[in-house]
Amino acid sequence: MESYFPVLVFLVVALAIGVLPMVFGWILGSRRPDPEKYSPYECGFEPFEDARIKFDVRYYLIAILFILFDLEIALLFPWGVTFNEMIAAGANAWYAFTTVLIFLAVLVLGYAVEWKNGALDWE
Amino acid sequence: MALELPNFALLAPQIVIALAALVLMTAGAFARERWRQWNYVVAQLAVIVATLLTVFTSGDPRVQTTFGGIFLVDWITLVVQLFIYLSVFAALIYGRFYLIERGLERAEYYALVLLSLLGMQILTVANHLLLFYLGLELMSLALYALVAFDRNHALRAEAGMKYFVLGALASGLILYGLSLIYGATATLSLPEISSVAALRPGDERVFGFGLAFLVAGIAFKFGAVPFHMWVADVYHGAPTPVTLLLASAPKLAAFALAFRLLVFGFFEYAHYWQPMLMVVAVASIVLGNLAAIAQKNLKRMLAYSGISHVGFILLGLAVGVVEGNHQLALNAYSATLFYAIVYAVMSLASFGLILLMARSGFEAEWLDDVKGLNQKSPWFAAMLLITMFSLAGVPFFVGFFAKLAVLQAVVAAGYLWVAVLAVVMSLIGAFYYLRVVKLAYFDEPTERQPLIASSETRVLLSGNALALALFGLMPQGLMSLAAYAMIASL
Repeated sequence: MESYFPVLVFLVVALAIGVLPMVFGWILGSRRPDPEKYSPYECGFEPFEDARIKFDVRYYLIAILFILFDLEIALLFPWGVTFNEMIAAGANAWYAFTTVLIFLAVLVLGYAVEWKNGALDWE
Repeated sequence: MALELPNFALLAPQIVIALAALVLMTAGAFARERWRQWNYVVAQLAVIVATLLTVFTSGDPRVQTTFGGIFLVDWITLVVQLFIYLSVFAALIYGRFYLIERGLERAEYYALVLLSLLGMQILTVANHLLLFYLGLELMSLALYALVAFDRNHALRAEAGMKYFVLGALASGLILYGLSLIYGATATLSLPEISSVAALRPGDERVFGFGLAFLVAGIAFKFGAVPFHMWVADVYHGAPTPVTLLLASAPKLAAFALAFRLLVFGFFEYAHYWQPMLMVVAVASIVLGNLAAIAQKNLKRMLAYSGISHVGFILLGLAVGVVEGNHQLALNAYSATLFYAIVYAVMSLASFGLILLMARSGFEAEWLDDVKGLNQKSPWFAAMLLITMFSLAGVPFFVGFFAKLAVLQAVVAAGYLWVAVLAVVMSLIGAFYYLRVVKLAYFDEPTERQPLIASSETRVLLSGNALALALFGLMPQGLMSLAAYAMIASL
């Protein structure tokens, strides 16, 4: 367990850096509240509407699609970098190539289904 | 080390199911309306083909591995997979007309069922911690979506949301546990973990923590106390065909998961997980049986009854390790496998009965809806009687032999008080099963609508319930199959 001591120190220091400024501000700062200070504001104006509004579900869909294809790239990079090494280690070149093609085909299929179902229409 | 082509033939059942799921997904988006009736056929064909492939690719030699040892196919895989296929096959038949009546019978439904089936298959063949996680997530994600499939129905959406949030938490627990175990052993491969001779003194504690998280995650997926909060709400909220699926096949997959991880991987560390499983199992049996008495909703009642049955499965897993006594361990594990199979088949019959009574606009999910079933259909009242007696563990129904086998293992391991407690709780539990039988036979029906059900459902349900009676009279075949699977694999 001794080897984890630096982690503990790190945690304590990180907590201190986060908490101490707030504590000092709370102790040392002056507080003279009035109703104006406590009211919410929007760049100096009265707020126009409630902050809790429903977001269109399409934002989430786009975000999920983005994550999906971002992760795809994250998986393709190590494959591309190690491709030559795989061949050198005796792997069948077609096998190494088709595995990734199958992976991409599944993703493309999912993309086509999403497109066809109208998830990407923005009207 | 030369990289060889992996043996794809061994994974043929999984490949078939994955392809069928993709085809159905694509069909859902692109196929014309008049092709819709084929979705069901494609899904069932895929399950049948996978069953045949499983029978022909596994079993001989007894243990086969592929993909550098991260997939393992043995007799446990074979037996568990066969009953998972059977459950999914039955679930698709039972659920079809319910879904058609409510306009839910779409290609996506079948695609999701097959994807969850793929997850369960992976759980039965995985031999690597990451692969277990992958299979678990695939199974769970598809099930979350299935629970919320009727998304415009508030109850369904709520159940789906609860299941998803709690399931994600459990996945987080499992992942954290896996990372701690990786930290302690520096490997994710199950055979390598089991052969790590001794952990370094400091690492033991980390490993113990990891195992605790893992057991918590497994208990969640099983729906065992104290991780059972989702079970009743999800069973109640989900469309009944999904509840039927949820209560049968994933329990078998969870058994495979728990068995592979704890017995194959962490057998040497049984002193960590044995007490944990024991507590979880006893708590499940007690709370499941007591809470089921208070339920007025049939699906909720069966959910709590499921919790108590899961307690028995975990009990069997917990008592297998007794100071290296191989024979006792074999008996305990084969009793557990037998129990898991029997429970899955009983689940199919009990939820199948709800689907039999349901019709458009009527869910038949309340205890009062069972009233007077005998006057409407004496035959299906008899099927209800068989199913409930079997669930209660009345002698000479198969549920009795399942309980008996597990309890024998518990007594053999020296936990007499646990066995006594389990028997007492089963007796208390018999009350709510018998209450359903009493309602069906001795109460006046609240409404006079005749049963409307497809002939497939009628035939399958009759066969399903009669199988419970038949296996009750002749349990040796199924028992020796479970025992052989254990002997061949351990």
